Formats: sequence, C-alpha cells, structure tokens
Amino acid sequence: MTDLSPTPALEKNTLPARATPDELTGELLEVRGLTKTFAVRESWLSRLQGKPHRRVQALTDVSLTVKRGETLGIVGESGCGKSTLARTLVRLYTADSGEVSYGGLNVLELKGAALRGYHRRVQMIFQDPFSSLNPRMTVGQVLGEALSVHRMRPKGDIPARIDELLSLVGLPLEAAGRLPHEFSGGQRQRIGIARALALEPECLIADELVSALDVSVQAQVVNLLLELQERLALTVLFVAHDLRLVRHLSHRVAVMYLGRIVELAETGAIFESPKHPYTQGLLAAAPSLDPRRRTDAPAVSGELPSPLNVPSGCAFRTRCPHAFERCTLERPRLLEHAEGHWAACHLLDSAEEQFTASGTGTAL
Amino acid sequence: MTSNVSAGRTGNPTSRVEENVQNSSATPQTAPLLSVRDLKVQIPTPGGTLEAVRGVNFDLNPGEVLGLVGESGSGKSVTLRALLKLHRAPIRVSGEVYYGGENLLTLPENRLRSVRGGQISMIFQEPMTALNPVLTVGQQILENLLEHKHLRGKAALERASELLDLTGIPSPRARLNDYPHQFSGGMRQRAMIAIALASEPKLLLADEPTTALDVTIQDQILRLLLRLRDTLSMSVILVTHDLGVVAQACDRVAVMYGGRLMETAGVNALFGGPRHAYTVGLLSSLPDVGAHRQPLRPIPGGPPDLRNLPAGCAFAPRCTYVTGACLGVEPPLQSVEPGHDSACIHHDQLGQLNSSHLPSSTLPSSALEGPL
Repeated sequence: MTDLSPTPALEKNTLPARATPDELTGELLEVRGLTKTFAVRESWLSRLQGKPHRRVQALTDVSLTVKRGETLGIVGESGCGKSTLARTLVRLYTADSGEVSYGGLNVLELKGAALRGYHRRVQMIFQDPFSSLNPRMTVGQVLGEALSVHRMRPKGDIPARIDELLSLVGLPLEAAGRLPHEFSGGQRQRIGIARALALEPECLIADELVSALDVSVQAQVVNLLLELQERLALTVLFVAHDLRLVRHLSHRVAVMYLGRIVELAETGAIFESPKHPYTQGLLAAAPSLDPRRRTDAPAVSGELPSPLNVPSGCAFRTRCPHAFERCTLERPRLLEHAEGHWAACHLLDSAEEQFTASGTGTAL
Repeated sequence: MTSNVSAGRTGNPTSRVEENVQNSSATPQTAPLLSVRDLKVQIPTPGGTLEAVRGVNFDLNPGEVLGLVGESGSGKSVTLRALLKLHRAPIRVSGEVYYGGENLLTLPENRLRSVRGGQISMIFQEPMTALNPVLTVGQQILENLLEHKHLRGKAALERASELLDLTGIPSPRARLNDYPHQFSGGMRQRAMIAIALASEPKLLLADEPTTALDVTIQDQILRLLLRLRDTLSMSVILVTHDLGVVAQACDRVAVMYGGRLMETAGVNALFGGPRHAYTVGLLSSLPDVGAHRQPLRPIPGGPPDLRNLPAGCAFAPRCTYVTGACLGVEPPLQSVEPGHDSACIHHDQLGQLNSSHLPSSTLPSSALEGPL
C-alpha cells in the first residue's frame, strides 16, 4: 500500500505475480471509498436560469475486498450501482474518488502498458453477448484478435490456442469459422467467456452473466463457470439480481442500495441471518419455489428513491419498516457486527453500542 | 362490478370437449370462462413454416389464475396473443377459443372489439412500449372508460383516479395528468393494469408482467394482481418463464414446450410431484439450497427448431428418460390423476420419484456433456 502514487512506465512484469492454486489466500482487489457520479444532462433553460448542475450518485464511498479465488456476489435492485461498480473496477468508467488496489498498484492511476496488463488480468463479461460481439467477425477472428493484440501467443500458435479455448468452454471446434448470429444465447455466452479467457485473466467480472438465458441453459453456463473457476483458479465478481444463483455461486455477498454497500458477509450469513432490513426485504421478495409458502403483504413497500435526490441519513429509511428518528438525521456506518459480517443499520448499532465501544473501523 | 358477460354464457362448446375438461379442485363443476381447443399458430418464415403453437387445449375457470410457463420459443406468448386474435396475416391461427359461448377466432371484427380490451384485457412485459407516450395516463384510462363503459366527464375522471388508487399509485388525482415517462417502471406497470381494469374485464391476459421489474417491485405487482383477482373476481392467464412467479401467483399451471402443453396441474401438484420429464428437468436445473457451489443439473442441448421438429415427443432429444416409444408418435396430453395431465409416456415412472428434488444420478451432471 506504500507505492500507490502513479508509477510511470510500468512494464507488464511489474504487475504482481500470478497466484498458483495453492496460494489462494489474501486479497486480489481492494476497493476503498470508491465514488462515482454521473452528470445529468440539463436543459438549456435550466442552464440559462443558472440552476446548479445536478449529479447522480451512482457509487458512494464503496469499500470492499475481493479475495483470491473467491466468488464475490453483488446484488441489489436496478439502479443500486452494482453494474457501475463492475465497470468502474475495469476502468470503463473513471471514478471520481477512491482507490482500487490490485496487488499494491493503484488501478485508477494505471496508464499505457500497465493498464493493458491490468485489463488482461481482470476481464469483464457482459450480459448480452450478442451486442458485445462484433457481428461481422467469426468466432475465430474474435478470439484471434484478443490473442494477438495482447501478444498472448506467437502468431503461429494462435490457431491451436483458439481450438483450446473453444474446447475449454464446450464449443465445437468448427465454431471458429462461424459468425455470432449463428449461435444460440447460451453458446454466445460461451463465446464471451472464451474471449475473456483468451487473455488468461486472474479475475472475471461477470455482469448479469446468465440473466438473459433460459433456466435450463442458465444451468449449463453456471456449471461451466464453476468448472473453469476450479481449473484456472479464477477470482469471480458475480454481479446479478437473481438471488438464487448468487446464493449458489458466491462465497461472500455484498448487498448494495442506492450506491452504497449496506451489508456484506459470507453467503450463508447473508441468506440465513441477514442483518440489514433491506437485505431481509430483498430476500423475502424473491419468489419462493414452494407454492405453499405464500404471503399476502409485499415484502418491501415503495420504490427505489431517485439517485438524484438520495434521502438524508439512511437511504433506505423511506421504505424501511423499522425507521426511527436517528435514521433521518444520521447515516449509519458500515460496521462489522459479527466476524466478517458487515452491515450499515442503526438498529444494529443501538443494540450493540452499550457493550462494544465503537472500536471497529468503517473500512473493510 | 357489473357482469356483462353472462348473456352468452349458456352455449358452451360441450360437444367439442372430447379431451378431459380439467377442473381445478377449488372451483368444482363450474362452466369454464374460456375454452381453448386445438389452437394452432403457424408463422411463415423464409426458412419454412414455423409451427409456433401446435394444438393447445385448455380450460380456464372463473376466478382462476392460470400460469402458462415455458422457455423462450415455447409458444407461450404466441398462444396468449392468439386468444385475442392479435396476430395478423401472414401468421395463420386455427382452432377455437370459446368465450361466453362464442368462438373469438371467428367473431366479426366489430364484435371482437368489444371483447378485446373490454371483457378481456391484456397487459404486457414492457409498459413503456405498450403505453402511448404522447397521451397522459389519465387520457389513456378515460379512452378505455369511454369505449367500454361509456363513461365521460366528471364521472369518468372520478373512476380513473379510483382505478389508479386501486392499483396502488399514490396521489392518483395528480398523477392522472402525468405522461408515462414520468412514471417509474413499477408505476408504469401499475398504470397499465389500471388501464386494463378500466373496462372491468372478466379475464386479464398478462404477458410476463413482472419480468422487467426488480424482485421487490415484482413481489408488489404479483400481490396486487392476486388482490385484484379476489376483489374483482377476474380470471388471469399469466405468461411467465419464472417458476418462482408461478409458485407464488398461480392456482393452476400449464407447462409449454415446443408449441404444445406438456403438463397441466394444480400448482401444488406440479411443484410437489411433476409428471413430465421436461417439468422435472426444469425444476432440477434450478440451484438447490443445500448444494452450495455444486454443479447444477441442466437440461442438455437447446430449444427445438420449430421449423423442423422431430417425430414423436418434441422434448425427446434432450430427455434423460427417453426410450424408443418416445420417438414414434407425439404423446397426447392425458389425465394421469384427477386435475393433473401429462404428455409424457413415462409419467408413471416420474410419479414414483415423488419430489422435485430428484436424485442427481438420474440426471445429467454436467453441461459439458450435452450436445450444445
């Protein structure tokens, strides 16, 4: 953490060493106080009237760590900032402030070759593989381009590597000569995964990887991801809204609400003993597969407030069944309430404050 | 609520019902509100005729929520649209859709108009494309009130704000003047439901009404639909791909695959003891709570090509239980238990499995083994 200042002319060999499967411990990515706002397009009239520029708070003070080899699930309603977080981590968006540290390097300051090196190590896979694949390039060309641009293999070895990648993701070898539109949704998602894997990444950031797929095909892609993660010792950031899948895949889960993390814990703890009222509501709202377990009242009332106008204090208070005065006045800090179980809610504070002095820090 | 449908309810197509009429146990022996017989939809494409719906039969009882569930391309939405004759040439629709004693598919256009959007309303997945962006929500409700209820002026305005209130939109009077883009996704869906309800329909057709919404909002909308069903005594056909939505919102379920109904059953029976190999596969491919990070059990392969279906059962190429008998003729949908129909030759064998959580040994363990 000492050399976070921008180091010029980083060569790719200055990137931290790749972990072998035996040493899958420690932190791969460390995010501290990450904040991202987007400017709102103002009308000509409101600019003339000199109204202040408004900004959408997409991410506010997000801190988390991603451990080597783990799957970290990120869940929340649309507009909670989960996709913005994913995109900011791979530098598709420029963060306003905060730090992202990748093995001691400040990712947000990387330039040139070092940035390319980072992009190779941390790869993103998108929800809709059809719009992220060039419709006029065959699968072989797509993979070959990735391999040659990043000089992953000498030119002569590229065709062999393409075959290797295709069989890795369970596609037939003749797929190399075909265009994206000739494939089904599940197969296209495999192509997207193969392209990401071409760069031999350490970390995959999967934004709604299987959301567009039918359940039966979804399961195929999920299995592929599990198998590849095992075989290639991948770290996965799994951004999704499907709680059932996140529960199945993740080691830890972060729950986001209006640009902030409101709860972060081991998967079992999140799903079996959620501490934050929002997490509790989100889990209760997910439709159970047991028709005998129906309730009449909705689990969470109201809708996500506008990110242009975030409520004071706790952002969830407008929908929270337990909200009290302090929630309006003071924003709850993300505190560790049990081993590895972080939550930002005053209800938890007041219960514990008498016993434990507020010694725990806000950072993760 | 006035019941303006009772007039023609007597002439039900009893002669047509050679298939067993599946009555849900909740409403015994009432005449069905809607009877669909041998519904077929063919879509001509450059690559040949696409058999989107291939002989669908079902009955819908008054006050019942029927879930039409299937994966993309199974024909569930096409079926729903065919009920109201929303398909245009060159798409060909045949069969019979009996509502109030009349076949909607042969009804003259002017009479169909009073049913469509009147006694039978429809809501869609994407409210932003279904709502008119240049009319206020209020105008769109008033339009429906005038057309189907002949309400105008102050009374109509009163009713419109009542409808918005009914669907849970806060300060309804003020929001009547808002345009659809001023509503959030969930509120738009509520507004669309309010428009659909303006005509006091007896039947609501809902095409993936919650698919584009977050789980918290989906939960609210599903509860709203169920509450409205109770207070307005409507029937609902809910098209969805989400088995969780089916479990939480439907009384009876029809599972579609390759343009046909594979299984119909009460919701408890379907989830408790599915009797079609496809339903079994669908339920087993979902993650199991006890098996953290274990491989899932997907259905191998992909959806069938509706232009070139195999002889025999459409699901046979992906089925774990497939035998020679499955490949000959397409098995008909037949009763396996009272109120439970299946089009699977092996329904007896599946009945003995007795749970949706089937032993993993009977199912493929990895996607990579599949032909995909």
